[in-house]
Amino acid sequence: MAKTIVPIGPYHPLQEEPEFFSLTVEGEKVVDIDVRIGYNHRGIEKLSEMKTFDQSTFVIERICGICSTSHPFAYTRAVEDIISVEVPERAKYIRTIIAEGERIHSHLLWLGLAGHFLGYNTVYMWVWKLREEILDVMEILSGNRNNYAMFKPGGVRRDIKQEDIPDVIKKLDSIIPSLTMIKKAVIDDPVIHARTKGIGVLSKEDAINYAALGPTSRASGVARDVRKDAPYGVYDKIEWNMIVTKNGDVFDKVIVRILEVLEAIKIMKECLLTLPKGEIDLNIKDIPPGEGIGHVEAPRGETFHYVRSDGTNRPVRHKVRAPTFMNLPTFKATVVGETISDATIILAAIDPCYCCTERMAVRNIKGTKLYNGEDLIRLSQEKTEKIKRKMGL
Amino acid sequence: MRREEVIKDLRERFKEEIIDFFDKSPKRVYIEIKPEAILKVSDYIFKSLSARFNIASGVDTRYHVEILYHFIFEDINLLISLRVKLDKKKLEIDSLIPIFEAANWIEREIHELLGINFKGHPDLRRLLLSDDWPEGIHPLRCDYKEWDEKAIRDRGV
Repeated sequence: MAKTIVPIGPYHPLQEEPEFFSLTVEGEKVVDIDVRIGYNHRGIEKLSEMKTFDQSTFVIERICGICSTSHPFAYTRAVEDIISVEVPERAKYIRTIIAEGERIHSHLLWLGLAGHFLGYNTVYMWVWKLREEILDVMEILSGNRNNYAMFKPGGVRRDIKQEDIPDVIKKLDSIIPSLTMIKKAVIDDPVIHARTKGIGVLSKEDAINYAALGPTSRASGVARDVRKDAPYGVYDKIEWNMIVTKNGDVFDKVIVRILEVLEAIKIMKECLLTLPKGEIDLNIKDIPPGEGIGHVEAPRGETFHYVRSDGTNRPVRHKVRAPTFMNLPTFKATVVGETISDATIILAAIDPCYCCTERMAVRNIKGTKLYNGEDLIRLSQEKTEKIKRKMGL
Repeated sequence: MRREEVIKDLRERFKEEIIDFFDKSPKRVYIEIKPEAILKVSDYIFKSLSARFNIASGVDTRYHVEILYHFIFEDINLLISLRVKLDKKKLEIDSLIPIFEAANWIEREIHELLGINFKGHPDLRRLLLSDDWPEGIHPLRCDYKEWDEKAIRDRGV
């Protein structure tokens, strides 16, 4: 059978990280995949060398629009590792609260989009409505719905007002019933089972070989979470569970993320209720020469920063490793062997920067057939419809 | 294995290969090794001690180009960074792909940003830089100069 190359991407007005996938297909089946990134390479590592340690937090906050807190968090921990200091207790609590709020809204955003790609636009609308509540919470706490600018080496920039806390807890409580309902709907829905179970399986060996991170590896049975293994913030003082499943398919990745949202709400509430009084900043003046490493668990996995200082007020090297950098290559293990109508959701299941999948074009080598992105989403949604009809729903 | 055991094991096993050993803090250890030994040491750390490969990071200093390979031992919360210093005249080191697939992209990245040749890498294509970026110009080198007069890169804008 003739092999066809399916280019996916790279540009779409909504996406923050353009990526280009080229799938080689035989009929419906994907036999090879290649990924090309770098369309949005902004040279932030180089840029960071020209900023002072304090200014760098603002630059790297703009690396990602969704997990905008994880980068400053890892960076400030790396700088604190150079000086070997611990931030004040209250600052640790505030950092944890902001990081968990971000995890909730990031996972909800992903869940909504996953629903859309499977042809469940109701899920999409519902979940994004819930996400609005969280964005409001973040606005109350930090003044911004995104890019919170709360972090600085040595502490946090803004304090949380005591009188805001009851409002925030009320808002957090209000989304738990709807989330529980969505969780049940996903676990019980036979169509979602048929579309996602056993699809795009990442085995435990592959997860270790590719050094996959975060929910992508936890869904494959790798019980690793930076918050548990190398506790930072106040994660070692609070009761919470690490969510691990063992099948590694798309369904498990959905489940891990939904359950993590509920855990994150629990952590955030407990932090708000037990917030201690005290200083929020160490007022660090000088950074001595040396090198430091900071790593935190972002919504998508471990974010890793390496900073080297030569004693001046600027870093001489600042290495940034985002979690998707390690998760993206796992496509080679998950997509190959699956059908093209499943490729959309498998590519989406690691929660990459996602909207790339909306702009696809299918073309056969001789150029006789041309589908665009909408056609491929339609293919995916039609498959759901077909399964529904077969089940008599 | 506890922290002391891991460190003692590594120090004894690779007595010949280790050049410098820096115990920075309870969670961070920096070990400088000979560049030729990178495959041997990382193979032992990844396979026998089952550490996770975090990432590698390259730094251009005045005399050498350094590469740090970061491995985390999650059970004991210890991050070991293997440091290799490459002579600027001969920027070559063995690729780690035979040991784990996770090294693929980062080696491609260091190859284009710092100009290091990874021996045995199956596919050293560009990862981040655009197609019109000229060959042989590496943006993270100390001596990097803007090659395109029209570009606004690197002027502190």
